[in-house]
Amino acid sequence: MSQRLPDAEFLLTELIKQLTPITHESMAMVGIHTGGVWVAQRIHQALNLKLPLGVLDISFYRDDYSKIGLHPQVKPSALPFEVENSHIILVDDVLYTGRTIRAAVNEIFDYGRPASIHLAVLVDRGQRELPIAAQYVGAVLSLPTNNMLELKQQSDGRLSLGLLDVKLAAE
Amino acid sequence: MNHQLQLNKNGELLHLLTIEGLPASILTLILDTAESFTGVTEREIKKIPLLRGKSIFNLFFEPSTRTRTTFEIAAKRLSADVLNLNIAVSAQSKGEALLDTVNNLSAMHADMFVVRHSQSGAAHMIASHVKPDIHVINAGDGRHAHPTQALLDMFTIRRYKQDFHNLRVAIVGDILHSRVARSQIHALSTLGVPEIRVVAPKTLLPNKVERLGVHVYHDMEKGLRDVDVVIMLRLQNERMQGANLPSNEEYFKYYGLTPEKLAKAKPDAIVMHPGPMNRGIEIDSVVADGGQSVILPQVTFGIAVRMAVMSILAGN
Amino acid sequence: MKLLIKNGRLIDPQNKLDAVKDLCIAEGKIVAIGSIPTEFTDCPVIDAKDWVVCPGLIDLSARLREPGLEYKATLESELDAAAAGGITSLACPPDTDPPLDEPGLVEMLKHRTKSLNHIHVYPIGALTQKLKGEKLTEMAELRDAGCVAFSHADEPITNLHILRQAMYYASTFNFSVWLRPQEINLANRGVAHDGEVATRLGLSPIPVCAETIALSNIILLVREIGVRVHVCRISSAESVAMIRTAKQQKLPITCDVSINHLHLSEMDIGFFNTNCHLIPPLRNLQDRDSLRAGLIDGTIDAICSDHAPIDDDAKLLPFGESEAGASGLELLLSLTLKWADSMNLSLIDGLKVITQIPASILAIDAGHLSLGAAADICIFDPEAYWKVTPSTLKSQGKNTPFMGMELPGSVKYTLVGGNIIYQRSN
Repeated sequence: MSQRLPDAEFLLTELIKQLTPITHESMAMVGIHTGGVWVAQRIHQALNLKLPLGVLDISFYRDDYSKIGLHPQVKPSALPFEVENSHIILVDDVLYTGRTIRAAVNEIFDYGRPASIHLAVLVDRGQRELPIAAQYVGAVLSLPTNNMLELKQQSDGRLSLGLLDVKLAAE
Repeated sequence: MNHQLQLNKNGELLHLLTIEGLPASILTLILDTAESFTGVTEREIKKIPLLRGKSIFNLFFEPSTRTRTTFEIAAKRLSADVLNLNIAVSAQSKGEALLDTVNNLSAMHADMFVVRHSQSGAAHMIASHVKPDIHVINAGDGRHAHPTQALLDMFTIRRYKQDFHNLRVAIVGDILHSRVARSQIHALSTLGVPEIRVVAPKTLLPNKVERLGVHVYHDMEKGLRDVDVVIMLRLQNERMQGANLPSNEEYFKYYGLTPEKLAKAKPDAIVMHPGPMNRGIEIDSVVADGGQSVILPQVTFGIAVRMAVMSILAGN
Repeated sequence: MKLLIKNGRLIDPQNKLDAVKDLCIAEGKIVAIGSIPTEFTDCPVIDAKDWVVCPGLIDLSARLREPGLEYKATLESELDAAAAGGITSLACPPDTDPPLDEPGLVEMLKHRTKSLNHIHVYPIGALTQKLKGEKLTEMAELRDAGCVAFSHADEPITNLHILRQAMYYASTFNFSVWLRPQEINLANRGVAHDGEVATRLGLSPIPVCAETIALSNIILLVREIGVRVHVCRISSAESVAMIRTAKQQKLPITCDVSINHLHLSEMDIGFFNTNCHLIPPLRNLQDRDSLRAGLIDGTIDAICSDHAPIDDDAKLLPFGESEAGASGLELLLSLTLKWADSMNLSLIDGLKVITQIPASILAIDAGHLSLGAAADICIFDPEAYWKVTPSTLKSQGKNTPFMGMELPGSVKYTLVGGNIIYQRSN
């Protein structure tokens, strides 16, 4: 718990800096529930994007469903723009095994065939299990596997990072 | 054999056999999950990979095209493999049949059975004899229960009325023979509807029906006064004349839903029907096709609700 | 052949005996009670210390399933079960396949049972041919073959003219007619009491009036004809009240109740427990309480097991398709004790309804421990509890609503004519 974590707000600013040069009129943005949506909302606002923000709950696409069942609070996914031929920036808080991104990409394709998907994440903590890479990264961190990196949103909307011991969290 | 059969030791749903005894939290979970599935049907590819590789067997011991079709669509949208068995047609001999059929299909590695049977309790019996990793959904057993229909009705009511806690709901028609009505009554009271009415002639009401927590009306105009939701039940052909009722005409006159009778309900009351409708017998076409009718949305929601039930069960 | 039963608590309702005494048996008869004649000093002894020694039980309704229904049970299995239940005499209803409507069938049954464990089997003859309710049977011939009464089992007699004629004919010979009241059109293929549970579970209902209207017909016909009628297995409070009135009017009516209806109600069906699919149906708690009380005030005369062994396949079906009935021979004693205990009845009063009274309904010399009487005896431990499981039941029918329960009263020995036909191992 004592490990020093970067300030989420700082990382967010980093990410926005990286994305600003490539922002264009028809850029679409999609956040992944729950942390990814918080990050995406902030970026979407900062870049003043025209197309409405999309949200994905990848529960229906998870590859561990047969082991752990359906997530109890599935939220509806909504991509309120034409996915066909769109250029999408997919946003998540933490990139880890890559499985969530795999599920999200699959789900996007069930809405249509986008022209491109790029990935933006606040933190890349390595340990990939699938051939997936983020194009826009706030920070790269190396963390013990028994730690879960969690993004939190304060009541004023500010974001912060925290570490959870997986074993403790499971209890 | 008891209703706890439906839940595992963590209180999660293993089978859906009856609404009776299920906590409101589970009903709400199903409705919320169904809410997420409604979006799926509006997409380019109306399919998600959740139940890929799972085998769902539709065991219909009693013919029903509509219900079977909605279960089939729901299963296919979840990417499951669906097998339809119309056992009523394949001349099942009485006695041997039911459990043997089920055991044979279990041996084919079924993951889920969707069961429709003319006998009350058939789904319970199957659920109590299948291997622990097989899930059973009751798609209607005799006069007993039709839980997915009741859930889609609750989904519809929630869509149009938001909250259950201030509603007056009237269920009109053949309560005696209706599994739909029984499941609706349990669902409405579990979700906190304060006033549930049943409206029917005495020959179409079961004994001690008030013990289910409903108010009994024989006069339809009184029964519909100030209600928020009117649920009409289908009158089965074989009940239309004989010992239960003298004629269609008299039934329609006293218990058919006409614009005049509907006018007694609240102006924004919705009209529901589990289908298929007998127009001119239990419901006037003007009402069935009118602005207060939500009968077609019910059918649409039925798929999302069944997807929700299947995906929750298969994951537990 | 002599036998001495020592130190047992002898309970004999007919002789109003309840005392710890020794009992001596010789040549199949009871020859001494209390003082032991000298010739018994060297004979075999059963030490019945802390146990009850009472007349062998008499069951007014036990289906043995022969002839014709051996896939459900056989005479061997069911008479073994009766012995294990402390029963030494039983009446079997005529609903075999074919029904007991011809003297030859009755003689065959008597012959078969004699070759087995000596339990006295009293066939009840069919009242009409094939139990179809159309033509009378040869009742006098059937009596000569061994029938002690005539009944229609659970088959309906829809034509009241036939019922009236059958009662007149039976009364010619002073035969007793046993009837279970049921108006079949009102039962309307129902499977459960017309009440809260049937409504909740969506089971086809059988209203109380299906029983009371038929009972009313029977009572009116008894009043006209004067025939002796034994009313079998009433299930409702209203029936108890009707029988009470009929008895006050001195009509020659007796009546029994099954062990199941004495303890259970519609609530026990739970979620479609087919072991609780019974005919007549289990009714509500008020009905059950009236039956329990009616038995104490003498409105209801006797308890019977209403034994109906059923194969598993016929119970492993949806409730409405399952076969009605419960296995009961081995539960008769325990469930009678349980009833007596919960009603604060003495053992002697409790045992009366399964010994002395059924003997008088059957008009047989049995059910007592008088000197010179046949040594038909049941010895049981009233304090011991046993668990009802498929393996503790000897009957081929493992179908009982009491499956899994612990019940009081464990039979240690059963004697018929002085022969030990059952001895509990361990």
